[in-house]
Amino acid sequence: MTELTHAARFVGQRIARKEDRRLLTGNGSYTDDVVVAGMLFAAFVRSPIARGKITRFDAEAARALPGVHAVYAADDLRTLDIKFLQLYSSPTATPPHLWPLADGRVVYVGDPIAIVVADSRAIAEDGAGLVEVDYESEDPVVTLDQAKTLAKAVHPELGAKLADETSTPDDPGMAEVFAKAAHVVTGTIRHQRQAHCPMEARGVLAQPKGSGELTVWVSCQSPHMAARYLSMAFSLPAHSIRVISKDVGGAFGLKVQLWREEVSAVAAALLLGKPVKWIEDRLENLISANQAREQEMTVKLAFDADARLLAADLEYHSNIGAFPHGIGANALGMMMFPGPYKLPRIAFKAKAYYSNTVGEAAYRGPWMIESLARETMLDVAARQIGIDPLELRRRNLITKADQPFNMVTGPVLNWVTPTETLDLAVQKIDVAAFRKEQAAARAEGRYLGLGFAVYVEPTTMAMIGVLATEVAQVQVEPTGKITAVLSTHSQGHGTETTMAQVIADSLGVPFDDVTVLEDDSSRGGFGAGAGGSRQAVAGGGAAMKATAILKDKIKAIAAHLLNASPETVEIENGMVKVAGAAEMTTPLAQIAATAYFETERLPPGMEPGLSAQYRYRPPPIVFSNASHACICEVDRDTGVVKILRWVASEDCGVMINPAVVEGQIAGGVVQGIGGVMMEEIHYDEMGNPTAATFKDYLIPTISDVPEIEYCHLITPADNEGGYKGVGEGGAIIGPPTMVNAVADALAPFGVRCLDLPLTPPKLLALMDAAEGV
Amino acid sequence: MSEHRIELKVDGQPVVKTVEARTTLGDFLRDECGRTGVHLGCEHGVCGACTVIVDGKAVRSCLMLAVQANGVEVTTAQGLAAADGTLSPVQQAMQDEHALQCGFCTPGVVMTLTALTAGGARPTEAELRGAMSGHLCRCTGYQGIIRAARKLSGANA
Repeated sequence: MTELTHAARFVGQRIARKEDRRLLTGNGSYTDDVVVAGMLFAAFVRSPIARGKITRFDAEAARALPGVHAVYAADDLRTLDIKFLQLYSSPTATPPHLWPLADGRVVYVGDPIAIVVADSRAIAEDGAGLVEVDYESEDPVVTLDQAKTLAKAVHPELGAKLADETSTPDDPGMAEVFAKAAHVVTGTIRHQRQAHCPMEARGVLAQPKGSGELTVWVSCQSPHMAARYLSMAFSLPAHSIRVISKDVGGAFGLKVQLWREEVSAVAAALLLGKPVKWIEDRLENLISANQAREQEMTVKLAFDADARLLAADLEYHSNIGAFPHGIGANALGMMMFPGPYKLPRIAFKAKAYYSNTVGEAAYRGPWMIESLARETMLDVAARQIGIDPLELRRRNLITKADQPFNMVTGPVLNWVTPTETLDLAVQKIDVAAFRKEQAAARAEGRYLGLGFAVYVEPTTMAMIGVLATEVAQVQVEPTGKITAVLSTHSQGHGTETTMAQVIADSLGVPFDDVTVLEDDSSRGGFGAGAGGSRQAVAGGGAAMKATAILKDKIKAIAAHLLNASPETVEIENGMVKVAGAAEMTTPLAQIAATAYFETERLPPGMEPGLSAQYRYRPPPIVFSNASHACICEVDRDTGVVKILRWVASEDCGVMINPAVVEGQIAGGVVQGIGGVMMEEIHYDEMGNPTAATFKDYLIPTISDVPEIEYCHLITPADNEGGYKGVGEGGAIIGPPTMVNAVADALAPFGVRCLDLPLTPPKLLALMDAAEGV
Repeated sequence: MSEHRIELKVDGQPVVKTVEARTTLGDFLRDECGRTGVHLGCEHGVCGACTVIVDGKAVRSCLMLAVQANGVEVTTAQGLAAADGTLSPVQQAMQDEHALQCGFCTPGVVMTLTALTAGGARPTEAELRGAMSGHLCRCTGYQGIIRAARKLSGANA
């Protein structure tokens, strides 16, 4: 690991964000805020049925409406050679036939059938309302249980096939392990479907230029990835597409991939030769933006007489809808199941099924079922075995002495602190005091619960091809100010701030002197941006390496100009200093001016200017970890859960900005609370989504959340900077922590709480049934 | 569509425009007045991102028609900072407390807190938190918003 050469002045500080001023004053630049001359607006005609054939399509009245420029359906796009790419451009053996607009059949409610382009959004919507479509409706495949039967092919061209499956090789010894185990614990946990709900829904503005260049403003997770996607999807040269994405109102995995609507809008712009904007409204976002998490896992755990884990046998099923961004059966979720525990043996079978619902997308910790299933089943096991859940965990957790630790599924855990973070959380909660309070409350008919969960989070994901690297270009301008072009990208992450902290420290300049640019694919080089909790590790590493090169150059120039040796030159607060020679202190701006304008004074043969680029390849995976605890109270009469305390005890390595770290944890935890307590995308038997507004799809409000208490451990990994990543973790560990707290509260009822969401009516029914009410 | 002439003040500036009857105040402020800080998060009155101050009261601009704004004074998040760029007390508290991430819900949050603390008013923390229950934020888990509300309240005045 590269040590910081100076005491860090900015890394580790709760510095106010550079982004905030423009955002607080309403001066951000989101996709819908961009206006270009002659811009037209798009609206979609969408399928009102979940499955069937299109038997008649009539857009005559819409085309005749004054202000409507075009109505395009599937056939109208054939002149464009459009290919959809899977998540992270990974090729899939047999993807279903996917076209931007419904190609003869509709396969989910909301399936886009036609795009109407008009002078205004209102006229485009008027036009969409005039398009007539007849369907021959068929009974849809809606639920996971229906999908499992494979009775009906969702995509006729694929036949009645699984979307994907993955499993461990047959292990003939497994049956014997379970037969001889002192304790065998089984259960099935179900996670309902969720919507990402970024507050800014999706949106795009595509502007074809006379030069053949296409400028695209899009709400995305990386302008470089979006540009690459469009270039590959439309078979256009990479240099002809420029993607700009300044401010993005949240993404959470949804915007890692452009999809049918963005591609349709770009296609319409190319066909019309005019700028076309499409801004998704909330109804569209809740029914036709890809969704996440409809999964179930049956877990069978074997323990010896000392409650030590012997084996896990997993069966996993997920409903991935009609057109998922990535077709997969959650192999990472299976691989991560052992988590931070010494699990010696594992078997799994994982299957993913298509259905007549909107497709799956990655969502903050897409593999989180592993932590949810493992941690909730450990609590079930503790109750069954008759052991304290903390004691059960401690007997099985890896410790410092066990590391590096080879997980049975392959990954190697190192520099993780599951035991230590758990100890901190336990101290902070004061478990003994809580148990007394809980007993007293139960005597009064009040149900308090305490839940813990422990996990390790694989971050960075550089083993995935397009995520392999990030790039930083750092330059000292002739003014002495620093401009850094990075392939990071913020949808709220604050990377303009955190990357500037890293660069300011690495170079030895004031934080305010550093400007980070990351919003334009025509600047800098390719990088995948946000996804996989990777920006601190990959972007921070690239920033440090590029800055180190630059710093060496500054030192060489200064040494040459000041007749000193480079080892004696240091840069502090924007001043270049020579050890023991205070009179030689020179402003960086002066060195920079020489580098650009007085090139004859540079060391012989040195390239003029002061810029450096480094493309950093981080480790394939870096592990963060945390232990969370929640105390809640369940109201016996209403089933309403009140969260009383939440402790997040985490270790993401070196924290660049603790306020940003805590912001990521809190955001993830609260999304997790939403997933456990209230959020649910539900379909009726005909595949109609029943939560199409924020009045039906409930996300947590300020009234639903606790004030989170944090404990930070800092155990650097051996990558550049020692950062370990923190973006997704709260959404991974939040749900099992919440479930375990509720289950502990309801322990006197002898019920299991494994069927999410745990809404008040569901908890009330569990309690009533247990008491025979 | 019928068109109507309206006169109002937006962030102190007089505005005279003709609008379609169906145009919401939110769309009008964004498209006709350059107030792109008015964010439309749901367009059905739940998320609160589009909140502006109309004649002193916090209003969801997606639920009000532009024609209804004839004769009113509208303040948006773009009209709060001082001419020299100094943030308003609410904006400053939000920045100090890291009460925003993506910033999309932020202008609405700022406007509700501004309406409730206008003229030096110091509502209780519970009142401010209660008002914040009408704003959806997907990024922050509300932690910084809670802290900012506490700072702006009379609790520790």
